[in-house]
Amino acid sequence: MTTPLLETLFTLSNIHGASGDEIRVRQALRPMLEGHVESLRVDALGNLIALKRGTGALPLRVLVAAHMDEVSLMVVGHTSEGCLRVENCGGIDTRLLPGLEVRVGPNLLPGVIGQKAVHRLSNGAMKAPDLDRIAVDIGASNKDEAIRLAPVGTRITFATQARELGQLVAGKAFDDRAGCTLLVHLLQGPPLPYDLYGVFTVQEEVGLRGARVAGFSIEPDMAMALEGTIADDLPKPPGTDISPTSEISKGAVITVMDRSHVSAPRLVRHLTQVAEARGIPYQFKQPGIGGTDAGALHIARGGVPSAAVAVPCRYIHGPIALLHPNDLTHTHTLVRAALEQLTPDILDPNAD
Amino acid sequence: METLELLKTLTEAAGPSGFEGNVAAIIRELWMPYVDEIRTDALGNLIAVQHGNGPEPRPALMAAAHSDEIALIVKGSEDGFLQIGSLGGMDRRVLLGLAVTVHAEEPLLGVIGSRPPHVLTPAEREETLPWHKVFVDVGLPAEEVARRVRVGDTITFDRPLIELQNGCVAGKACDNRASVAALTLALAALRQREHSWDFYAVATVQEEVGCKGAVTSAYGIAPQIAIALDVTFAKQHDDSDPGAFDLNKGPTVGIGPNFHPQVVEKLKAAGDAGEIPYQIEPLPGSSGTDAWAIQVAREGIPCGLISIPARYMHQPVELLSLRDVERAGRLLCEYVAALQPTDLPRWEDEA
Repeated sequence: MTTPLLETLFTLSNIHGASGDEIRVRQALRPMLEGHVESLRVDALGNLIALKRGTGALPLRVLVAAHMDEVSLMVVGHTSEGCLRVENCGGIDTRLLPGLEVRVGPNLLPGVIGQKAVHRLSNGAMKAPDLDRIAVDIGASNKDEAIRLAPVGTRITFATQARELGQLVAGKAFDDRAGCTLLVHLLQGPPLPYDLYGVFTVQEEVGLRGARVAGFSIEPDMAMALEGTIADDLPKPPGTDISPTSEISKGAVITVMDRSHVSAPRLVRHLTQVAEARGIPYQFKQPGIGGTDAGALHIARGGVPSAAVAVPCRYIHGPIALLHPNDLTHTHTLVRAALEQLTPDILDPNAD
Repeated sequence: METLELLKTLTEAAGPSGFEGNVAAIIRELWMPYVDEIRTDALGNLIAVQHGNGPEPRPALMAAAHSDEIALIVKGSEDGFLQIGSLGGMDRRVLLGLAVTVHAEEPLLGVIGSRPPHVLTPAEREETLPWHKVFVDVGLPAEEVARRVRVGDTITFDRPLIELQNGCVAGKACDNRASVAALTLALAALRQREHSWDFYAVATVQEEVGCKGAVTSAYGIAPQIAIALDVTFAKQHDDSDPGAFDLNKGPTVGIGPNFHPQVVEKLKAAGDAGEIPYQIEPLPGSSGTDAWAIQVAREGIPCGLISIPARYMHQPVELLSLRDVERAGRLLCEYVAALQPTDLPRWEDEA
């Protein structure tokens, strides 16, 4: 099971890019984009901005964003045994940390996260760990060596390598290397009727920082965020009736409203009409959950009609996410088709 | 084979308690070049012997290292997600987010899933999940899962051994493949040395579910002395209380009611003579090792214990020092090589 989309996803998933430290992701993206776009530049915050000239048929400027950063940890101190104290950088469920293998710092030193042995807990101490009881062990002999190898501020990311898992694929940082994958292939494809700005953003996980400045500088007529979003089609806690946020293998996920943004209704209608007309499977994300770069893009300058389209991924923000290759393909197909059929009247708020 | 490669081979093999066949086959291959006889007993213990050169009837020393590892077992499934339980003393605090191998007829890669933080309440984020809320996702539709996975299939961590700084390594099943590695090193070294006693190396089964393999192998061999090899707690960032020992400062030698004082003294003497650093591990009751079962086999067997300090016990990141593994192997080797034909353990007040 390999496709060009999956190859790109695997390559990008394996790269380490904490928020504010996305340089390795940029370095991997450049060769994928060179030759397919007119220009590539890096802005003041580190966003990688690709301009793909259109055919000139439509006088529009469209921004499509996918974020390069992933949830991570940062070294904030050192213990006398030579372990690293950490804080999270982006939203991580602390309960997932014990038992993990991680990569530490620019040299990607291997490390592990362990906790007090279950044999040596006092009765009733099975509670979930607080972050201040978590430490990363790189095998340093003492505090001085730990400080030398991983000073305060050092970034730590999950060590997972992407691979197949059943009918799905597994890897870290599918949020949002899945979105980056879609954007790479969009930019590698034929030109659209208008100029397309593909923006690989920084610092989404710490507050949509990159998207905010890119939205300002590009001043687009329309914006779209591409994401890997929550698929929680999982066994339900007993006695509850929770509708899943999205589901694996049910197609592209279209956001109507989340915590950051209400999608432009005309864009949502356009996306669904294109999906229906082309027979592309899609689903709506359950409203009110999560946020995307569209949350910053839609309020850039005087406001930008915006939408968010995502690939459903199980276990995002954890060390191993899963997605279905068909969902990646369907989302790619939908995004390209919707952009190809975009017309200025769809963006005109007075057209209704 | 260098120690890192040896330990990597051993830890990455699967061997849940009662299902040690895979790892036992690997250990058999590793031991074959160094032993005179090798057999498997009714419970699955792998028993190898190097004959000594002393006069017959030769006394026998048994060195036991358990080959099983803590694991999970399939209890059922719901919509294609596997419900699981503990096989041995699994620590359910570490399960979320781990990659696992489901040992179905054809092994399946799986992940222990959890709902993402975005959709959890603050109370849910504090909760160590009870077993009935833990599940394995193998990325297959429910009907495929029903066809391919059976209740009772075992599950082990999918976790390669990794190298850290200063000759430290971390991975799954270092408890107790580190001791199997040390025992392998001792076998290799003793093949080059004279020793008067028969030396039995045993990779025992089912230690993690109650030292079952130790019971039957000690009965079968009926040794005059037995040394168990296991791991013990190393000091770590959140635990340096008594009962935790320094990492990379040598194996521990157990002292307490589980151990014959003369065996302890000779182990210490072997360490001193061989300039092998060791630490003394006081164990006032059960040692929680095969030695506890072996001591009361048949009419009673004098025991000793060599343990390798490891951090994060029963977690997929058990961390230890390769030098400590080598030191444990050398300590056992020096001890066996120094045994004289008449060195049967005696009590001070024995005639």
